[in-house]
Amino acid sequence: MLGLTLREVSLALREGKVSPTELCQRCLHFIRKTKFLNAYVTVTEEIALKQAEQAEKRFLKGETLGPLDGIPIAVKDNFSTASIQTTCASQMLKGYIPPFNATVVQKLLDQGAVLMGKTNLDEFAMGSGSTDTIFGPVRNPWGYSRQYQERCAQNPEDTKDSSDWLITGGSSGGSAASVASLTCFASLGSDTGGSTRNPAAYCGVVGLKPTYGLLSRHGLIPLVNSMDVPGILTRSVHDAATVLGVLGGHDPKDSTTVPEPFKPFSLPDEIDVRNVCVGIPREYHAPGLSKEILAHWTKAAELFEKAGARVVEVSLPHTQHSIVCYHVLCTAEVASNMARFDGLEYGHRSTIDSSTEVMYASTRHEGFNDVVRGRILSGNYFLLKQNYDRYFVKAQKVRRLIANDFMKVFSSGVDVLLTPTTLSDAARYSEFIKEDNRTRSAQEDIFTQCANMAGLPAVTLPIALSERNLPISLQFIGQGFREKNLLTVAKWYEQQVKFPLIEFQDVADHVSEFPKTTKSASAF
Amino acid sequence: MSSKSLRFLIFSGSRSKLLLRPASPRCGVLRCPGGEFVAGGWSLRLCCRLHHTASTTDGSKTKVPQSPTWEPVSESQLPPVTRVSPDLVDRLERLALVDFRNQEGVARLEKAIRFADQLHVVDTEGVEPMDSVLEDRQLYLQQDCVREGNCAEQLLRTSRRTVEEYFVAPPGNIPLPERDERSSLLKNSEL
Repeated sequence: MLGLTLREVSLALREGKVSPTELCQRCLHFIRKTKFLNAYVTVTEEIALKQAEQAEKRFLKGETLGPLDGIPIAVKDNFSTASIQTTCASQMLKGYIPPFNATVVQKLLDQGAVLMGKTNLDEFAMGSGSTDTIFGPVRNPWGYSRQYQERCAQNPEDTKDSSDWLITGGSSGGSAASVASLTCFASLGSDTGGSTRNPAAYCGVVGLKPTYGLLSRHGLIPLVNSMDVPGILTRSVHDAATVLGVLGGHDPKDSTTVPEPFKPFSLPDEIDVRNVCVGIPREYHAPGLSKEILAHWTKAAELFEKAGARVVEVSLPHTQHSIVCYHVLCTAEVASNMARFDGLEYGHRSTIDSSTEVMYASTRHEGFNDVVRGRILSGNYFLLKQNYDRYFVKAQKVRRLIANDFMKVFSSGVDVLLTPTTLSDAARYSEFIKEDNRTRSAQEDIFTQCANMAGLPAVTLPIALSERNLPISLQFIGQGFREKNLLTVAKWYEQQVKFPLIEFQDVADHVSEFPKTTKSASAF
Repeated sequence: MSSKSLRFLIFSGSRSKLLLRPASPRCGVLRCPGGEFVAGGWSLRLCCRLHHTASTTDGSKTKVPQSPTWEPVSESQLPPVTRVSPDLVDRLERLALVDFRNQEGVARLEKAIRFADQLHVVDTEGVEPMDSVLEDRQLYLQQDCVREGNCAEQLLRTSRRTVEEYFVAPPGNIPLPERDERSSLLKNSEL
């Protein structure tokens, strides 16, 4: 039951095969059993049961609200949720209880979704491993899957330390882990540079980054105003489209949402790709790309060609500069966005208060970790008068070049681009923390942040298991506001590859409590 | 494509730096000048070797490039290395109201600056800066009428220190103390 897709379980609810309360209880029970993954910061048990009860009443009366009614979901802990702690995994907001719901959260609740809890993330969504959080790192459920464990047993020399677990990727690691570990059927993440797609790829789930301006950011604690979007994580492409249908649309409270009316769409089950043109950007073969992912990327292109699609090699010449550009713009906007945390109106407040300046400085010293402080300081450096033109404005110009690259390619007749999502499969924690957060982000975000720079929609889906029996994913990037086309192509490919379900449920029974790592990954 | 085995450096970790240049469209794979770079980080264990087979299973040519298409750049193309002076440290700490904490923090900023220096090799002559991807659209403005509010009590509840309907702030117009005094105030600060 827990391994079903949202579509399947929604049908089961409507057919009376399971009740919303029973489903909710099963998910809560499984959340308790999988506590060692550390995916959840707050589990909203009472609220969830109440919501499930209300959903059940609706089902009995035959007055269901829609496809999400009664469905357990989880929300990343940087979305404001009324009366529920919203921490951004930081001391700065620990214990902060927002007085309102983020628009996208409200939309889910209005459709009857059942909120299981708030998920763990890198502090303030800065990171690519979900390791820099005050609640401890998130573990990848695939590290405990029967598929991976059997592979480890066959090759003991490859797993030097069997208690060394795998990272989820980040920063929406908790959201990805919650869906991948079968404790909920969909979750909300945020995507600034790949923060939804990166953990989706490592955790073997579908991660959708909608077009910038399609979903409201009201209530999403901002990181980079010009690139943030709420992201959707689900177990199938069809589910992602369903959730998108509920969340999309103009919000008067977010002036960066486009005013055009949004029409939810459903994806056909029978798909013909003969009229589709798939572009393969040559610059996406970056140094460090694993042989396996390259092989799957090649095979995918072949598959499309055999099915009659037109596959062309294209060029996005400024791709390799995208990550540098992203680094500058991200830190500059972060420096601005983090200025609001001064301890006066919300969040942590230092007891040292001889003056406002001292109180602000020590509040921020106590509340932010090294990663956040590092980005703020870098951002402030790039925004200094002497550096403004050379770094910030220069980066803005490069951003235009990158966006133009995409425009040129799409206007030449390409419908979607097919690229890798990450350089390889999920890493072990002990390996991941050997480099600092900034270095890792530069490596992990390499294929994903371009879509954020240009504001384009992108979806990652798991396509196969690697040699280590871990998920490998590929990414499709589409034209702005053409999510239907993008997801249709992605769904077709999903149908061809038939990625296996994680064999996880009985494994959870045998996992004993691992000692919690108190040290998070180093630095900024 | 000839088969060569090259290892590409990726990112500035503790050793050499990632140096890139825009690859001109349609250029072939170029050799790393002067031998190997040192690779840092786990992902480079699976680092690439050039493949010389560019064919698919049925022998037709694949559209997916079988070797990395990035091109490394020499240090000489970058501006001189920036060293962050103690005065600059102080200035940034005052502007940001955030402290570096220790010398490692300063070193990381220097590395971040070096990473950002690669922007300078891109030719942006005649290019306008881009603020937002929605620049072609008009920003939506709400009607100037009150629709919700009257929630002062709710908002005050989120603050740690309030008096009646006021947020309480310590005295202002007092400049931030000098560096030495600051680091004794801030726990664990060595700068």
